[in-house]
Amino acid sequence: MATTDFVPQQSAGGTGQKRIVNDMSIQVATVNGSGSQSSNTVLLRSIFQMGVPVSGKNMFPSNIAGLPTWYTIRANKNGYIGRKKEIDFLVAMNPETATEDVMALAAGASVLYDEPLQLHKLRNDLIFYSVPYDKIVAQVCPEAKLRKLVKNMVYVGVVANLLTIEMAEVEKAIRKQFAKKVKAANLNLAAAQAGFEYAKTNLQKRGAFYIERMDKTAGKIIIDGNSAAALGCMFAGCTVVTWYPITPSSSLVETMIEYMKEYRIGPDGKATFAIVQAEDELAAIGMVIGAGWAGARSMTATAGPGISLMSEFAGLAYYVEVPGVIWNIQRVGPSTGLPTRTSQGDILSTAFLSHGDTKHIMLIPCSVQECFNMATEAFNLAEQFQTLVFVMSDLDLGMNNWMSDPFQYPTLPIKRGKVLSKEDLDRVGSFARYKDVDGDGIGYRTLPGTSHPAAAYFARGSGHNERALYSERADDYENNMERLNRKFETARSFVPRPEITKGNNAKIGIIGYGTSHWGITEGRDQLREEYKIETDYLRLRAYPFTREVHEFIEQHERVYVVEQNRDAQMLSLLKLDVKPELIGRLRSISHITGLPLDARSITDELTSMEGK
Amino acid sequence: MSTTTVEPGTSAPGPKTNRIGLTVIDYKGSKTTLCAGCGHNAISERIIEAMFEMGVEPEFVIKPSGIGCSSKTPAYFLSRSHSFNAVHGRMPSVATGAMLANRKLICIGVSGDGDTASIGIGQFVHLMRRNLPIIYIIEDNGVYGLTKGQFSATADLGSKLKTGVLNDLPPIDTCALAIQLGATFVGRSFSGDKKQISAMLKAAIAHKGTVMLDVVSPCVTFNDHEGSTKSYKYVKEHEEILQDVSFVPHFENLDVEYDPGSTIAVTMHDGSRLHLRKLEEDYDPTDKIHALTRLTEAHDKGEVLTGVFYVNPQAPSFIDLLNVVDQPLATLPESMTRPPKEVLDACMEELR
Repeated sequence: MATTDFVPQQSAGGTGQKRIVNDMSIQVATVNGSGSQSSNTVLLRSIFQMGVPVSGKNMFPSNIAGLPTWYTIRANKNGYIGRKKEIDFLVAMNPETATEDVMALAAGASVLYDEPLQLHKLRNDLIFYSVPYDKIVAQVCPEAKLRKLVKNMVYVGVVANLLTIEMAEVEKAIRKQFAKKVKAANLNLAAAQAGFEYAKTNLQKRGAFYIERMDKTAGKIIIDGNSAAALGCMFAGCTVVTWYPITPSSSLVETMIEYMKEYRIGPDGKATFAIVQAEDELAAIGMVIGAGWAGARSMTATAGPGISLMSEFAGLAYYVEVPGVIWNIQRVGPSTGLPTRTSQGDILSTAFLSHGDTKHIMLIPCSVQECFNMATEAFNLAEQFQTLVFVMSDLDLGMNNWMSDPFQYPTLPIKRGKVLSKEDLDRVGSFARYKDVDGDGIGYRTLPGTSHPAAAYFARGSGHNERALYSERADDYENNMERLNRKFETARSFVPRPEITKGNNAKIGIIGYGTSHWGITEGRDQLREEYKIETDYLRLRAYPFTREVHEFIEQHERVYVVEQNRDAQMLSLLKLDVKPELIGRLRSISHITGLPLDARSITDELTSMEGK
Repeated sequence: MSTTTVEPGTSAPGPKTNRIGLTVIDYKGSKTTLCAGCGHNAISERIIEAMFEMGVEPEFVIKPSGIGCSSKTPAYFLSRSHSFNAVHGRMPSVATGAMLANRKLICIGVSGDGDTASIGIGQFVHLMRRNLPIIYIIEDNGVYGLTKGQFSATADLGSKLKTGVLNDLPPIDTCALAIQLGATFVGRSFSGDKKQISAMLKAAIAHKGTVMLDVVSPCVTFNDHEGSTKSYKYVKEHEEILQDVSFVPHFENLDVEYDPGSTIAVTMHDGSRLHLRKLEEDYDPTDKIHALTRLTEAHDKGEVLTGVFYVNPQAPSFIDLLNVVDQPLATLPESMTRPPKEVLDACMEELR
C-alpha cells in the first residue's frame, strides 16, 4: 500500500458531498492493558443495537500490558463481516504507532487523535479530529488512577457523535458491559457522554461515514467462537475436559468452566463433569485418551504447539481406537512472535498427526454457529469411529466477536457408538475387539468396569490381532492397517458435507474453509460486480473429503483453493485425494499476514491469476 | 495357587475361593515373556495374590502402564481386567483420565524406573500432587532393559554397568519425591520380599489416594553383576527394613493382638488395618520430615531402605476434590449430560 504518496483530495475536508451509510471500518489503535477492550465492545454493541451488521477483530500482542493493539470494527449493511482491508476511520490512541497508523491510511480517511499527538501535521489528504482526552477525563473522573481506564470510553462518545451512533444505544451497551458493576457503568457512561458533548460543541463533522438505524440484527446474538464451542460441548454431553492454557484456545475451556458450573451440576449438588488443568499438553491428551477409553465424552482445546506435543499420543489413540475431541484453535507458530495472530497453518500436521501411518478426522467450522453445532457432531463421530476428531477453528473465529443467529437446540441425539454392555456380552458370550463384524471397519468395544468375565481387552498400539492380543505377525499388522483404512473410508460418508454455492454458469471454482469463508463470500461479489467473473464456491467442512469435493473439481476448469497458510496445505491434501488428471486444475491463493483474510486480497490475487 | 490334597474316599473340594467366590486362577494373566528370574515376575505374582485375597472384582480393575519391561507385565496378571499400554512415560495421564471417567475403578499402574524417573518424571510428579486414587508401582532395576542396558535415573552414584561404565550422577529417589509432592501412601520394597510386598499391596488396595510403591526388582540380564547396586546380592546385603509390615483386611473380623509400644496401627479408609511393627524404634510413618530425613540418611549410608515410609489415610483424593457425581461420568444418561432447551434459550438471551 502506498503510504507516503501525497495525494491532494477534493473530498478531504469537504462536507456533505458524499454520504456513506453503514459501510465502514473503524480501527482503534491503543496499547494493551489500557481497558480499550471494554470501550471497543461498547462501540461494537452500540452499532449492533442500531440494527447494523457488525464484526469486531482484535489484533493484539503476546503481552500483558503496554504493547500496541488494534481493534477493527466493521459495520456493513450487506452483512459482510469479514475483515476489510481499508481503514475508514482511525482512532489513534497509541503515541507509539500513531504516525505509522496515519501514514498507512488511504486518502480521505478520518483520524481521531489525542490532541498532544498533533497528527494533523502528517498529511493533508485526511480528515483530522483532535480531542484533549486528558482534560475531558479529568473532569468526569476525580480518581486519578482510574483515568487511564476511563479515557478510552471518551473516544466512544466522540465516535458516536461523529458517526451518528445514538447515545441511548451507547448507554445500553455500557450497562450491559459492566452488568452488575453499577458504579463502573456510571463512570464510563459519564466519560462517553463527555466525549459526545465535546464533539458536539467543538468538532465539525466532515467525513462521509454515517451509522443509521436499520433492522438487520434483530434477534441476533454476539458471541466469539470459543464461547460458542464451549456451549456446544456442554450440550454435546461432554463429561471430561483436560487442558493446558494456550492462546488462543484458553478462553474455550475457561468459558466452558463457567457454563458447566452454572448448568451441569446435578440435583445432589455434584458435577456431571470433571475439568482438569493438566501439567502440559502431553498430559492433557493422555487424560482425554484415558477418559475416552473408559467411556467418557472427553475433550481438550489447544493450538499448534499443543498439537505438536500431542503427536505421539494421537497416533496411539488412532491405533488403540479411542474416542476424543480436540479443538485446535489455530494460530501462527511456533514459539514467540505471532502466537496471537490467526492462521490455518495446522491442516497438514493435524491430518497426519503422529508417526507411522495415521490420519485423522477433522471438522472445520467457519462460524460461531458451526462451532456450536459441530461440537455434538465431533463427539458423535469420535465415538462412532472410536478415534480422535479434531475441530479446526482459528484465532479469528475463536477469539473475535461475531454476529450470529441464535443457536438452535441440538437435534442430533448423543450417540455413543458400538459399546457392548454386560447384557450384550451375556447374549454373545465373547467378542473380538478389533474384528470388522459389520464391514465398516469399526469394531465393538467394551468399557472398563463392565461386569462380565469376557469384557476386558488389552489396549495397545500397532501390535495386536483382532482379539487385541499381542502380535508381531505380518498378517495381523497388515489386516489391522487395512481395516483402519476401511474405517477412514467409511468416515467419508458420515462427516459434515461441504456447502456449495453456485454462480451463474461459472467455469471457475473456489474451494475454501473455516474463516476464509467470509473473505471469499465478499470476494465473489467483488469478482462479479467489478470484473464480471462468475465463480462457484465449495466450502469444505471436514476431512476426509466427501464425494462432492471430487465432483466439484471435475466440474470446473480452474479451481482456486483459498487458505490462510503459506504452503497450500489443504490443496496438498486435495492433491493426494483427487484423480491425477484433475490435479492441474488446482491453484493456490494463500494468505499469510497473520491477519484475518479480507475479500480484496482474494479478489486481487484471483483476477491477477486470471490475467485480468 | 491351589495346593489342596484330596483325601481318599471324600469328594474333591474345589479350589479355594475368595470372598466373592473367585479362585486365584481368575486373577491370572498370560504367560510371562520376561527373562527367567526377572524380579518383575515375582511382583506380578504378588499382585495376583493380593487382588485374590482382597476379593477385588477383576472387571473393575484397570492396569495402565507405560513402556518398558515393567510396563509389559500387566499382560501377565489379571486377564479379566482392562489394560492400557500407553506411550513411554505417560501412563499417569491415561490413568488419570480413566479415573475421571469412572470413579468406581481400581487402578493399578505399572511403570519402571526409566518410564517414571526419566521420560515420565513430569507426569509422575503431577500425579503425586493430585492424590488420585491409584496404586503406582515402579518396578525399579536402575537400568533400561528393552534397549539393552543403559543407566536409568534411579541408578545409584558409582553403580557400574556390565560394560564397566560408572554412573556419575546422583539417583532420583522416587519415594522422597512422592512424599514431598503429596502422595499419601509411599513405600519401598524388594521383589524378593514376598511377605512385605504382599502386605503393602493389600494395604494399597484398601487405600483411597495415591499409593507409590517403589519395588527394587533386579534385572538378571543387564544389572545383576558385581558393582551394580540393584543386584540381588547387593540388595540382600544392604537392605535395611524399617518395619515388619502386616495387614488385616476389614472383612476379616480378626482381633489381631499388637503391642502399641512397638507397633503402629493405621486404620485404612475401608476399615482395614495396617500394622507396622517397628524395627527402627523412633520411625514415625505419619511424619513427612522424618521420612525424608531417613531416606537421605539411607542414601548416604548406601542402604536399600524398605518399608512404609509415609501413610496418611485421611487426605481427600483428587476425585473428592472434583466433587463429581457418585455414578461414573462415562455412563451418565443424556438427561444428565445435556441441559434442557430452556438453558440454551437463557444463554442465547444473555448474548443478544
